Parts: sequence; C-alpha cells; structure tokens
Amino acid sequence: MTAILSTLLLVAPQWVREYLTKEKQPNVFWSEYIVWPLIQIIVVLFIILTLVAYLVYLERKVSAFMQARLGPMRVGPWGLLQPAADGLKLLLKEDIIPIKADKAIFQLAPIIAVVAALVVLAVVPWGAGWGTIANVNIGLLFILAVSSVAVLGLVLAGWSSNSKYSLLGALRSSAQMLSYEIGMGLSIIGALMFARTLSMNGIVEAQRADGVWYFFFQPLGFLVYVICALGETNRAPFDLPEAESELVAGYHTEYSGFRWALFFMAEYTAMIVTSSIAVTLYLGGWSFPGLSLIEKSSPNLFVFLSIVIFATKVMVLIYAFMWIRWTWPRYRYDQLMEIGWKWMIPAGLANIVMTAIWYVLALPSTKASLPDFLKFFLRFNFMKDVSGRLVPTQWAGVIYFVATGFLITVPMVWALLAAINRRSNDFNLDEQRQLQFKLRRERLKKMENAEAAE
Amino acid sequence: MQSQEAIKPHETLLDAEEMVLNMGPQHPSTHGVLRVILKLDGETVTDLDCDIGYLHRGVEKIAEHDTYQMITPYWDRLDYVAAVSNDLCYVEGVEKLLQVEVPRRAQYLRVALTELQRIASHLLWLGTHAIDIGAVTVLLYCFREREEILKIFEDFIGARLTAHAFRIGGLQWDAYPEFVDRVKEFLKMMPTRIDEYETLLNSNRIWLSRTVGIGVLSAEDAINLSLTGPVLRGSGVKYDIRKAQPYAAYADFDFEIPVGENGDTYDRYLCRMAEMRQSLSIIEQALDGLPEGPVMAKVPKIIKPPVGEIYHSIEAPKGEIGVYLVSDGTGKPYRMRIRPPSYINLQALKKMSIGHLVADVVAIIGTIDIVLGEVDR
Repeated sequence: MTAILSTLLLVAPQWVREYLTKEKQPNVFWSEYIVWPLIQIIVVLFIILTLVAYLVYLERKVSAFMQARLGPMRVGPWGLLQPAADGLKLLLKEDIIPIKADKAIFQLAPIIAVVAALVVLAVVPWGAGWGTIANVNIGLLFILAVSSVAVLGLVLAGWSSNSKYSLLGALRSSAQMLSYEIGMGLSIIGALMFARTLSMNGIVEAQRADGVWYFFFQPLGFLVYVICALGETNRAPFDLPEAESELVAGYHTEYSGFRWALFFMAEYTAMIVTSSIAVTLYLGGWSFPGLSLIEKSSPNLFVFLSIVIFATKVMVLIYAFMWIRWTWPRYRYDQLMEIGWKWMIPAGLANIVMTAIWYVLALPSTKASLPDFLKFFLRFNFMKDVSGRLVPTQWAGVIYFVATGFLITVPMVWALLAAINRRSNDFNLDEQRQLQFKLRRERLKKMENAEAAE
Repeated sequence: MQSQEAIKPHETLLDAEEMVLNMGPQHPSTHGVLRVILKLDGETVTDLDCDIGYLHRGVEKIAEHDTYQMITPYWDRLDYVAAVSNDLCYVEGVEKLLQVEVPRRAQYLRVALTELQRIASHLLWLGTHAIDIGAVTVLLYCFREREEILKIFEDFIGARLTAHAFRIGGLQWDAYPEFVDRVKEFLKMMPTRIDEYETLLNSNRIWLSRTVGIGVLSAEDAINLSLTGPVLRGSGVKYDIRKAQPYAAYADFDFEIPVGENGDTYDRYLCRMAEMRQSLSIIEQALDGLPEGPVMAKVPKIIKPPVGEIYHSIEAPKGEIGVYLVSDGTGKPYRMRIRPPSYINLQALKKMSIGHLVADVVAIIGTIDIVLGEVDR
C-alpha cells in the first residue's frame, strides 16, 4: 500500500510531463506553464489549507499539554476530526453583517486578507526541483510586497465594522504590522549579502554551496527576523490586535462564521509563510547535510525528501511560536512600539553595517589596502572565487563569519542599543503623557477659574 | 469668547478628539458584569467611570425577611469565589450578637477552612489577572491546585463553590477521618506549585513591564479611600484584621503580614503570593494544634438575639468584609448591612487608571480583585 502510494507520488510529475508532451513533442507550453503548475497549485492549496486546519488542532493540543489538559478529544480518535467539525460548523453558521457596517468593504476585507496570505505560497520553495511552484528571481521581494497587502484587509475590516473595538484593533494592527515589517525587511538583508540573490531557491542553493546555514553567519539577523515575524503575524507576545482581554477580538470582533474563518486562515497561513522564509533564509531551506548524496541517483526521492525536510523545519519553528504564545504574557501597545522602533529597527540596521564590515574585510581585494594590525587576521583566505561569485572558503571563511557574527556583532549591538535606549528613556512616552496631563489640568483649572469669575 | 473656548474638545497632541469607550458589561476582562466607561485620548485613559448594579439582588433587604439561619447561604453568593470566608463573617457576627462561645475545635477547623479558601481565592485571582495580561497558562495551573481545595471542601462541606460551610454556633459536622491527612498532603504540594507560578511570572520581563509602576497607589491615598486587604497592604500599610482584631482562633497562630513598598500592581502581586505561603503555615499550625472536643455550641433552634446591634468584620481574601446587624429581639434581623471589600476597593480604579493605557485598566481591574456578586450585592 505504502509502496504504491509512494510510487504514485514520486512518479507523478514525470508521468504528467511525459503524458502531455508525448503527442505535442515540440510544444511544452501546456505542460510546463499550465497543467503542471495547476496541479502544483491545487496540491499546495489543498495541503496548506488542511495544514492550517490541523495547525489549529495542533495549537489546541500543544497548549493543552502545556496546561495540564487534554485538548480536543471528542470528535474522532484524539479529537483528530475536530478541524473538520469546526470547519463545517463555521460554514453552516449564519452570515451576520452588522446593520451599520459598510457592507461592500465588510465583505471584501477578509478576502483581501486571505488572498494576500495565499498568493505568497506560490514562491515558497517547498522542496528542490518540482517542489517549487514558481522560482521567481525576486521571490523574497515578492513575498514581502504581497504579504504587506494583508494589512489592508485588517484595516478595512476594522473600519467597515463600525465598531470601536474593531477600530482600535485595526489601528493597532496596522501600526504594528507596518513597524515590524521595517525591522523584518532590514534583518534579512544581512543574509542576502551572503546569498547574493533574491530568488528563494537561489538562497537555498547558496547555503548548500557555502556548506553552512546562514543562521550561523547571521545570528543577530535571525533573532531580529524571528521577533519581527512574531510581531508581523500578530502572535503572542505581540498579539495586541486581537488582545482578547482588552479589545474582545480586535479587528474581527464583528465577524462571524466563514468570514471570521478566513481571517483565521490568513493568520495561520501567514505563520506558515513567515516560518518558511525564516527556514529558507537562515535554516538552509529544504537542504540537509547528506541529502545531496541521492540527488543524482533518485531525483524524485530527493525532491520528496527535501519537501519533508522543509516541512519539518517549518513545523519546528511553528512549534516554537506556539511555545512562546502559551508561556509569555502580552506586551502593551507602547512597549510593543518601543521594541519595534528602538530595538528591532536599529538592530536590523546595525546588523547590515556589521555584516558589510566583516564581508568587506574578508574580500581578497581589501587585503592590500588594510593597515598592518588588521592584516594579521587576513593571512587566511576567507573568500574564494567559485565560477564568478565569491563564497566563504570552506573552513577558514566559515569560522571567520561565524565567530564575527556570534562573538562580536551580537554582543556589540546589544550593548550599544542598551546604552542608547537607557539614555532615550528621558524622552519616552510616559513623560510626554505626564506633561500633557499636567498642561491639561492647568488649562482646565484656568477655565474653571474664569467661569467662577464670571 | 469664553464659551467658544469651553466647547472645543480638550486639546491633545495632534488636536484629535477624545473617544468614549464602553468596556463591558459584557467584556472578557471585567470579571463579571462591570461596565467601565472610558474616555480615551488615543489609547490613554483621561477619565473613567464605573457603572455597577447589573448583579444587584437586594441581599440586605432579603435578609430582613429571613431568619438568621436562612441568611447564611446568601452570604455564599456575595463573593462567590470565597464563600467560606463570607460565611465566617456572618456567622461570627450572629454569634457575637447571641454571645455564644464557639468550641475551640470548631474555631480551629474554621481557621483551616477559611485559609484554604483564601488560597483558592488568590489562585483564581492570580489566574485571571495573568490571563488579563496575556499569560494564559498560569490560569490552568492555578485551577489545577484550586481543584484540590474544592475537592477537600466537597468532602467536608458537601459543596464546592457556594459552600455554606459554617453554622451559627460552630460546624454542622466534625472533620471526616482523612481530612487532616488530605490537607497535609495539599500543604506539602502547594509550596512547589507556588514556586512554579513564580518561575513563570516573577522575573519575566514582559510581566515586569506590564505590572511595575502600573496603578500606583500611595499609602495615604489607599487609607483615604478606605481600602483594605492586599490592595492596602501592597501600598505598604501593615493592616490585617487577623492581627489587629483577632477573631476565631487567629490569636493562637504565628504568621507574618506581607506588605509591599511601591503600591504598584507588581507589589500587590508579590503581596498575595506571600499571603498564600503565610496561609499555608497558618493551616499547618491549625491542624497540628487541633484540639479535641465538640464542634457545635449549644444554640437554641429558634434564634432570637437580644435587642442590640453589632459590627463584626474579618479579613476576607479581598479585604475587610463586615456585617452590621441590628436585632429587635425577633427571629429576623431588623437590618443587615454588608461592608463589601470589592465595592470599596473598586473606588480606587479611577485614581489608579487615569494616565494609563486601556491595556493597563484591564491589569488594574485584575489587581484590585473584584467579584461583582459582592460589589452589587
């Protein structure tokens, strides 16, 4: 049974190509650009949407086990059919649109949110070869651009609901997502310097060529990225837009039934996407030590295994997200902004500068113009030219970049930001607020006095 | 010219208008049916008003039509997460009116049960307070331990939540044979569990940034607002009725009164955590020195206290709960007045919240530890 299934699974792509190209030998347009991508899209959408449903189940189970409970147990064995029951329930629910809501926008908002989340899946490198739907050469840029459209969905949802809680939730989420997007964009540039490409598959290939996952070159970048990803996907401890204890449910307070499910779906898909980017950029994507041994001998098995490896890495990261969510309290809105603007964005910028310095110092061409005391470090060859592109040499270069990243960049940026932020506390929100209240009290008193005088 | 100035909305940083937000009565973190009307400048609270009474049952009026024994169950439903403590207040009040001497054994058992109830109440407070701030898991841990206490109650009293634990004159039943062992088992387990909560919260950066310096109340303000309980002690005032006017058998036991320093949410949190540990030690002392003897004093079947009036108050988990009873010599009280700690502590909300953000209001409601059953009566 398993054998048949795996044979089918592994032979399928080849079979489709052969079947479609057999009769129209010269024209591969249909097979290459229409039929095969369509199959991929359907499969990916099917898997992702199922995965999203089961991520909810997983979240419930993980949280339950952390909280000394059992979680869903009633529908199916161990509650495995719970997602199906939930989905059915949501579909059958009454479709409520508040009377005072802006109907068209109210209906449009969840669609924007979910589409923005799903479109991104096209360029995520799920695996090697046919494991990727579209290998776009600006893949990463595409992901960042499209996923930022999701903010629009949330803002529109909050605005059109015509409810104060929704509005506050939308205000929060738009400010939060925009701020954290900047930090996120800055943090990935360091890794891109090593990858020298924006293509998602290219980044994975670059890590295979360098022989090291970029997490080891970019510890600070990874840290900033993961924190910003938590903020960007509205996960705890940054889940303010839907802070249940304050804003009931944030921007989707007025939504119910399937429209609400769309927001939920968008949130979990965004979680998968951000984890996928983290895995691709920093954790070697679908590659794994030793996997290239079977690349030549059985290409389909290779692709299949690469997909499994990618999925495993993504799930580990998502598990970490859940772990964080069920352990930590929530930040307050101003604290969240402080972290975004005072820590994440400067750290992202500093990471770019530091990475650039280490990179330039390691370049062979820099050697000649360096002062003597630095030349000592450059007796080794840190970079080598491999078919037109410079890559870190296998051990000297790798050790150099790992050491500079972990031992110098991280502590230095940390110390620097801590020093700066301690000074900047003089100008923080709290004092401004106090001053504002003082002024207002004085003004009110003056007005009262004037009234009394009259 | 003057009036035009007055009509203009209060100026803010960006000349934006203020927004009025209704928090509650149906809101996840108002701990019941409390309605808080917030005036917001952005997300900063500039003014606040509480609308209460959604849960008003008229307990004080009902009491005027019931015999003294019939009133006790109503007290269970005041602060329904600390029913045993409420019972103690009323029952001791009537005993004071009747001038009945309660047997020692009953007094010791009353102390043990009341302190167990204090732990249970503080556990519920900790869980809901943490969930308001976003730490969901603490709630479930707290409920795990609270469940043990409720099981002990169930076997002793027969009910879990609204226990009707005490009778006028003592206890209805003596402790069941395994009671002491089971409580001792709980006492052995509980300190490690409190450590567990503290590991999750005490030094958690997010928890600190959400509680330190939030809802600061000076000792002077706290006294002027006539606050009691942990809210008062968190501000550094060492006042606890168990020490100040010992009731039941508290004079026999040796315990500390934990106080805070800064009067902020974090200090009140530390205060309550320390109180739980103190309660454990009190229970241990009560069980170790448990005297033998009857658990019920001689009380007439029909209670007709002599004409007179008394005020009796005890240290409930939330503060001073008091009863003022006026007897006209008949079988029903002429007047019963309740001093509810939650209601009086809630008055500090405005003072504590103004200038903070909406998220802090939620934390402050949590730290005051209100139960609407008691606020509205």
